[in-house]
Amino acid sequence: MHIAEGYLPPVHAAAWSVAAAPFVIHGVRALNREVKAHPESTLLLGASGAFTFVLSALKIPSVTGSCSHPTGTGLGAILFRPPIMTVLGTITLLFQALLLAHGGLTTLGANAFSMAIVGPWAGYGVYRLLRRSGVPLMVSVFFGAFVADLSTYCVTSVQLALAFPDPSSGFLGALAKFGGIFAVTQIPLAVSEGLLTVLVMRLLIQSSKGELTRLGVLLSGGRGAKDATGTEGTTAATGAAGEQDGTKEAVAR
Amino acid sequence: MSRNAKINTLLLLVVAALAVLPLALGLGDHKEEPFAGADAQAETAITELKPDYKPWFSPLYEPPSGEVESALFALQAALGAGVLAYYFGLRRGRRQGESRALAGAAGNGSPADDTQASGDSPADAAPAPGSVLRDDAPGRDAGDTAGRVSGPAGDRTGA
Repeated sequence: MHIAEGYLPPVHAAAWSVAAAPFVIHGVRALNREVKAHPESTLLLGASGAFTFVLSALKIPSVTGSCSHPTGTGLGAILFRPPIMTVLGTITLLFQALLLAHGGLTTLGANAFSMAIVGPWAGYGVYRLLRRSGVPLMVSVFFGAFVADLSTYCVTSVQLALAFPDPSSGFLGALAKFGGIFAVTQIPLAVSEGLLTVLVMRLLIQSSKGELTRLGVLLSGGRGAKDATGTEGTTAATGAAGEQDGTKEAVAR
Repeated sequence: MSRNAKINTLLLLVVAALAVLPLALGLGDHKEEPFAGADAQAETAITELKPDYKPWFSPLYEPPSGEVESALFALQAALGAGVLAYYFGLRRGRRQGESRALAGAAGNGSPADDTQASGDSPADAAPAPGSVLRDDAPGRDAGDTAGRVSGPAGDRTGA
């Protein structure tokens, strides 16, 4: 859930817009470069944007007794790197601000900063870190998407706490309050988003191996025995992710 | 059901369970307005923290009713789902075309034209405007085909 129209004081709204602008501009350049260099990736780019579109339209009940929606930014960040996801996320936010009165134009900068900048970068960072330490692909994808989703709403809480500090307990008191509304609500949704991202990644591995290899998600061992071990690795990974989900679910209950 | 399909179904079931459980367990019962949006709650929290705060800008367009709003949200989800389904359907069709061409290659020896024809025509109707789609880039196509042929086999041995 994004910050509603007009709900950030003008100075804050302007500051977040200024902070977000360079990322968006850089993202547009990266997107242009990608489309020029690899026109064949346009289709997968569209699919990544579509994933964000679907997920951010789904308001899902959560344990706190309120509803929120996932962001869907982890997938695109992992596939195409965060700058490109920044553009796709901002487009989604703009659509919602203009047509759905969800989020807003004055808060677009702040919302883009949380959902389209910090979320993708944090998720991508976690994904890369896990991959580099030898964690299986699907487990890394799960936590990448989980972190992208959750960090978005942590930033939203910080943004609101900065704008509306508690009269008695100050910034931290307000942070606890907004964190309780946004971040806690988001935890089970972030798990859902992680699982859905794993699902889409599994389908992509079945359907678009060549593209994933080019994007560096799959190792470029497309021949002989190496390929066989690669596939085995991912199968094992999904098994592990599945087990993890089991425990996660138990915890949620 | 293959192992792959089982895992995918399980993933969807867990997601569904995560969404339904809060409702089934009545976790919203203590609230005045159960399962309201987190953004609406944040607005309430803001008015609590700073009672004199007035939003200084209102949306240019606001859906006139909850029904229209939910229709627009459904439209957003439908657009996204449509593009995703298009992508996976196209990929699947291409894969089938390729394997058919490969099977045919044993017989008549000129499969390449066939593959490209079946792959290219739907790509022209792609949803992303203003961009030329050339999914038959030489290097990638070869890698794709190779990966695909060994892919399912590898999966099965893995299982």
